[in-house]
Amino acid sequence: MRIRVDPDACQGHARCYGLAPELFDVDDYGLSSVIGDGTVPPELEDKARLAIANCPEFAIEELTD
Amino acid sequence: MASRHPVVDWATDFDVLDPGYVADPFTVWDHLRETCPIAHTDRRGSTWMPTRYEDVTAIAHDVERFSSAQISVIPVAGPVPDEPVLPYGVPPISADPPLHTWTRRLLLPWFSHRRVDGYEAMTRELCASLVDGFVGAGRADAAAGYAQQIPVRVIAHILGVPGGLADEFTEWVRDVLEFADDPERRRYGFERLTGYFLTEIDRRRSEPGDDLLSTLLHTEVDGQPVDERLVLGTAALVLIAGVDTTWSAIGSSLWHLATHEDDRRRLVEDPLLMPLAVEELLRAYSPVTMARVVTADVDVGGCPMRAGDRVLMNFPAANRDPSVFERADEVVLDRAVNRHVAFGSGIHRCAGSNLARMELRVALEEWLARIPEFTVEAGAEVTWAGGQVRGPRQLPVVFP
Ligand code: HEM
Ligand code: SF4
Repeated sequence: MRIRVDPDACQGHARCYGLAPELFDVDDYGLSSVIGDGTVPPELEDKARLAIANCPEFAIEELTD
Repeated sequence: MASRHPVVDWATDFDVLDPGYVADPFTVWDHLRETCPIAHTDRRGSTWMPTRYEDVTAIAHDVERFSSAQISVIPVAGPVPDEPVLPYGVPPISADPPLHTWTRRLLLPWFSHRRVDGYEAMTRELCASLVDGFVGAGRADAAAGYAQQIPVRVIAHILGVPGGLADEFTEWVRDVLEFADDPERRRYGFERLTGYFLTEIDRRRSEPGDDLLSTLLHTEVDGQPVDERLVLGTAALVLIAGVDTTWSAIGSSLWHLATHEDDRRRLVEDPLLMPLAVEELLRAYSPVTMARVVTADVDVGGCPMRAGDRVLMNFPAANRDPSVFERADEVVLDRAVNRHVAFGSGIHRCAGSNLARMELRVALEEWLARIPEFTVEAGAEVTWAGGQVRGPRQLPVVFP
């Protein structure tokens, strides 16, 4: 699983960071980004899905390649 | 001026200051969502009120047609009432881009999650010392004696102004937000608040500290220092936005726990539930409604909104929309999917949301650690404030 944060949609609610600090970091201006290249280790996939489902701006997406 | 005749038809003549609505807005929203999801009133000017999640968030994102130049739920002329000392309003909340964009960036780093971690210890100490004050008495006013005492002191600390003035700050903020229907009282609150900050600003010109106020004053944007009147507006905003709101969220959450024994026990037994519970309590008892002013005629869901009309951004009602939230009218402490918009939606997302969450969590943790069992005092009256910010103002509780 790979995920990314759309920087134009993210408004810094920090719900992603609250739910999965292993996967996201939020900078001083509230912009979230995925840690590393966004590859989610299998044991964190549930957390990644939870973050996707809780982002009020629909800014987190799962990449399909 | 307010016309407070009773509401007969909520769809065409709603009144957010109706005492019944302040006590229980939930049934009104449920009824409106089913029958007329964007209600209208001509009380205090032509005003619309969406109650569906979809409409509220769409309008919040359409910042060109829905301006933040008028954000007061109870309208006043201009962004801030008759305040020539605030020509920029109280940015970023009262601003549209481009002013919004750079004034918001001035504030954000002060409320980043990293900074907020640094305010947690003082918040915890403050909450614990408040509990110390009444834990032996077996009773307390959980709103006035606890919730109301917390955010104002945390904000004073961040702004770099003395916490000893907390009672005055609280009074001014309430004058501005809660007694907004009384223009005299509102103006008085604003004058006191801005007058106070002007003196503080003068002091910091000569003795800068490392607080928010000093930093704003000594920041340059495009090679120019920020206008003092803008700093004043922003400082006033931080106080106004950070106090009533958070204290209302803490108070409503304690009210819920005082009246819902199962949830209270569950949270005491399973403290790991707290982060999810905080989001759920914010969803279910969202304290803040904002306003927008329509800039150009537009139809939304068949409603003909005209330039100059106002729209109430009913984030609290959006958060109870059953098409988005299962069992929307129930508090489900471990709700896993919770895309709530208690902190707004789009570019004005609450700049203080990390701080507010931390304060709510710590306030509940410190209370429950010492007072795990408590109920509303039999026969005592619980009172609520409503309008822009909803929450309990008097919440007498008793405990063993
Ligand atoms: C539970 C507590 C709080 C709630 C529910 C809340 C809610 C909100 C909401 C809904 C907005 C959006 C306004 C709009 O769309 O027009 C907002 C904006 C704002 N809030 Fe909060 N707030 C809370 C606490 C705080 C705190 C503690 C601060 C401290 C600084 C704060 C500062 C701000 C600021 C500066 C804005 C304006 C952001 C902008 O316009 O870009 N709020 N808040
Ligand atoms: S929850 Fe969504 S909007 Fe909020 S910081 Fe994360 S990605 Fe951004």
